Amino acid sequence: MHDMSHAVHHGEPTSFIRKHVFSLDHKVIGKQYYGMALIAVFIAMVLSWIMRLHLGWSNLAIPGLHLLSKNGAPGDVPTPEYYLQLMTMHGTIMVFFVLTTAPFTAFGNYFLPIQTGAEDMPFPHFNMMSFWVTFSGFIVLISSFFVSDGPTLGGWTQYAPLSAAGAVTGPGQGWGVVLWAISIGLFCVGQLFGSLNFITTTLDMRCKGMSLMRLPLSAWAWFLTSVMGLGAFAVLMPAVILLILDHLAGTSFFVASNLVINDQVLPHSGGSTLLWQHLFWFFGHPEVYIALVPGMGITSHVLITNMRRPMLSHRVLIYSMGALVVLSYMVYGHHMFVAGMNPISSLAFSFPTLIITIPSTIIVLIWLGSLYGSKLRINSASLFALGFISMFISGGVSGFFLAQPSIDIMLHATYFVVGHFHLVMAVAAMFGIFAGTYFWFPKMFGRMMNEPLGKIHFWCSFVGAYCIFMPFHYLGIAGNIRRYQAMVDDYLVPLIPVHKFITIAALFTGAAQLIFLYNLIYSRFKGPKAPNDNPWEGTSLEWSTATPPPHNNWGDKMPVVYHDPYQYSVEGAKQDFIMQASPEPVHSADEEK
Amino acid sequence: MAKLVAVTIVVIAILSAIPIITHKWPGDISVGLPQDISTHGELIDEQYADTMLEAGISFLISQFLLAYFIWRFSQPKPGDKIRSFPGGATGLVVAAFLLVGTEVLALGVFGAKAWGSIYFTPPAANAMPVQVQAGQFAFYFRYPGPDGRFGPLHPNLISEANANFFGLDTTNDQDSKDDIVTAEMAIPVNREIHLLMHSKDLGHAFFVPELRIHQDFVPGLDLSVHFTATKIGKYEIVCTQLCGLGHFNMKAYLEVMSQQDFDNWLKQQAALQ
Amino acid sequence: MKRDYNSAAVLSAVVLICCGALILGQRVNAAGEGKITGNVKLDGPAPHMKGIDMSKDPWCVKQHANSPAHLETTVVGQNDGLENVVLYIDGWNGPADVEKSVPVYDQKNCMYTPHVLALDTNQTFKVITSDQTAHNIHPLPNPMINVGWNQSQPPSAPPIEKSWKNPEVIPVQCNIHPWMHGWFVVVKGPYATTDDSGNYTIENVPPGSYTVKAWHEPDETQTAKVTVTAGGSATANFTFKAGK
Repeated sequence: MHDMSHAVHHGEPTSFIRKHVFSLDHKVIGKQYYGMALIAVFIAMVLSWIMRLHLGWSNLAIPGLHLLSKNGAPGDVPTPEYYLQLMTMHGTIMVFFVLTTAPFTAFGNYFLPIQTGAEDMPFPHFNMMSFWVTFSGFIVLISSFFVSDGPTLGGWTQYAPLSAAGAVTGPGQGWGVVLWAISIGLFCVGQLFGSLNFITTTLDMRCKGMSLMRLPLSAWAWFLTSVMGLGAFAVLMPAVILLILDHLAGTSFFVASNLVINDQVLPHSGGSTLLWQHLFWFFGHPEVYIALVPGMGITSHVLITNMRRPMLSHRVLIYSMGALVVLSYMVYGHHMFVAGMNPISSLAFSFPTLIITIPSTIIVLIWLGSLYGSKLRINSASLFALGFISMFISGGVSGFFLAQPSIDIMLHATYFVVGHFHLVMAVAAMFGIFAGTYFWFPKMFGRMMNEPLGKIHFWCSFVGAYCIFMPFHYLGIAGNIRRYQAMVDDYLVPLIPVHKFITIAALFTGAAQLIFLYNLIYSRFKGPKAPNDNPWEGTSLEWSTATPPPHNNWGDKMPVVYHDPYQYSVEGAKQDFIMQASPEPVHSADEEK
Repeated sequence: MAKLVAVTIVVIAILSAIPIITHKWPGDISVGLPQDISTHGELIDEQYADTMLEAGISFLISQFLLAYFIWRFSQPKPGDKIRSFPGGATGLVVAAFLLVGTEVLALGVFGAKAWGSIYFTPPAANAMPVQVQAGQFAFYFRYPGPDGRFGPLHPNLISEANANFFGLDTTNDQDSKDDIVTAEMAIPVNREIHLLMHSKDLGHAFFVPELRIHQDFVPGLDLSVHFTATKIGKYEIVCTQLCGLGHFNMKAYLEVMSQQDFDNWLKQQAALQ
Repeated sequence: MKRDYNSAAVLSAVVLICCGALILGQRVNAAGEGKITGNVKLDGPAPHMKGIDMSKDPWCVKQHANSPAHLETTVVGQNDGLENVVLYIDGWNGPADVEKSVPVYDQKNCMYTPHVLALDTNQTFKVITSDQTAHNIHPLPNPMINVGWNQSQPPSAPPIEKSWKNPEVIPVQCNIHPWMHGWFVVVKGPYATTDDSGNYTIENVPPGSYTVKAWHEPDETQTAKVTVTAGGSATANFTFKAGK
């Protein structure tokens, strides 16, 4: 631990622009990330509504849709290509601009420095750039809605050569792809800046007494995620640069020779189709964990506070999350079992994928084992944390299937995969975001969120998410291919009623998110004032400082840490918990040193 | 509230399991694995059933435990003490390694056998070669004709306008003269097929759920798979690799016929060339 | 009163003369335009047109249950008349964008009707679908000359209205039904396409000497020189060799 406070010292700004727009304050940047994710998630949700309506009723006119795209929805009915374009945008917005930003860079930015006892991140200018570069990436992505033939239709995975061979492959495959690639390139730059800051904050900015093992699980999760991000985004960025070159510079990194479309031989030659898939999934699989691990950290942190006890083992959870980080780089080939790799590679990737079940199981067992004998408090935050566990289990067990190449023959590219990753990475991560929001809102804004509304929001989301995503698995088992805009195959037509059920569930669940939005905005301005600095009786450092925290997080007194992060139900203590920054002694044998 | 959460989790878990067990969705919609018409599919289906059993049990047990613990520990009485799970973290870690570790490794090993039965065995010497070409958004098939040899492909000669889907030079290439190009795939029943896969333009996939065959087309890299169909009937070949606006409509029919029907069919097709 | 009558008569006469002059002026102009007619034949036996296997799409198969579909690259009618030949004036330097009608390009029974659509530059045309299966329409011009597009038209989708800026022969294809193939032949000035007897008439040609060009797919052309007199009709017949 070094005292690096001089490195980040920057006075409190006074102008509106420096305070709220181009702010160097990690807390403001965290809120900016959250705001962007909030806008992004509602855009993505509306896109998913349009897709779901079209899947249930393929001739249904969606009033006003032609205003968004004249060519994409003539007569308000989305065309096949427009469906794919909306799908691509839904996936890209969700994976990059919601599931990566909200749990990782939004909450991480706000709370990692506070939980480590730092005044700010070590490189505040990089931190500010991280947000604004990411935000410009978001604007570039959204702008592709408005270029001549719309955004790209290639899916968030952008498989080459569909993505690389140019406009001849379909609408949106010219400028749409280029804008997509620029957007993702910017996003990578932003996240690399962010990861750099997160890692340095964790390693070099901890306050006196804060050993690594005394960091809360949420801080550990953000730290491990930033390690993953550093490796993953550093691979995706060159990949999208090569993709842009294939479009604008006439190179052929991803396009093989002698491809023919509309009776014309494409001018490309010598590229490799599989190269893109390797590069993309080398990023793509860690990305799944980038979305998930912060949620695990937040869930653990929220649960511990509400269970009034530490996890059965702090270290085992950290090591298990660490194992996920390492293994996440070794399993990406399971996305490519039938993609044309050597079949031996498929087996080689299958085993690490199966092995990743072990740390995941340990994490779940530690959660369950810690629930045993706890004093569980039920509130919106803990409900969503419990929901996270349920979703993680449900989405996790389907991984057993997809880890095996032989079963992947039946399930690859079906709705089974869609159900799997939505539950484990999207819904679970969203539940992590919700848990974090209900939990930390009082600290961030000094006001409480409305509990009854929070609980209604939980019930609708929990039941709704299962109604949407469980049937996806059944569809997949029956052979329903994903990324089809309508079911025209003889064996898929009978499955349409299942799609209708899912659509209704999706409309309902999506509408329930408006309750959350209302609760968030209303409570921000009109919610009851937080009763004190520590409404949930937490122990970690964020609960020791003022509400909301001052510009340098701590006022004039830097915190000193005396304890492990989670001293709850401590026998002989004045209350049932002892805060990390409290010098009150703990008479316990197993406290970490 | 906590008890309601617990009950909800149990109900959701049970309801989720029902369509898996019955293979039915309300309204008598079948949501099980499609029937298997291949010789190698049995291993896959077994592997799937074993995995479903293990995953299903893990799923139900974990959800039930979660529900039970929420039910049991959410309303502590004053004076209740925190209790540790019997065996503690060490017990759970050991359990995870022993139970789940052996479980998934066993799955991995048996799964490797199923995988190997398709991909690690060479096609039989007398397997019938059929070439399939994928392109936006249709499959075309080629049979080598009486000479048993496929003529070379000339991408610059591909002309869908003139129905030269493969780019054959029937004037100059001796081997191409008797090649038979078709828009649907017919194969004789109980005869091993060696399917040579070629992509004309982009990434596509060849998936016949009933045949338990699923393989991507890689532009610039010709792959092959082999299989034997055991049941006469008409099945659908679908593309599963997003290939553009007509992806949903990229399909062809696979007709499994008796050897005699197949011979007649091939003669008819040859006459149409 | 008499003077009033006189001035009224003069005024009426002036108005009448003016109107007459205007009408006559137009008439003179119209009468001055001639036309070019003729016939295009195929010399030699009509080549065999391969049948089309539509088995990918059962709906298409059903439409052709009683009338098997064939390629339409060379369509020969009565008296060896060659259909789908586009005739236009080479090096047209008259007024731009003459043709104002809005022709229709129909996707019918999984074929393009007509197979060849001739167009003036900037002439609006409509692509419609009569089919109960989804099509995409994908013309592929040279990107240096015209801007291409690629758009789906599912059943009962509204018409797509487009035009082309520059003269070019543009192949058009449906990728969902790869056998669906046709042409947009974009020319400058008046044009005509031969009917199923090989006959054509180019209307509205001002008097003068011209080179008439006949185009037949994929890229065969012939030319003939004609002189059009005011209100007259010039003739240009062409013969394409079979098996070319």
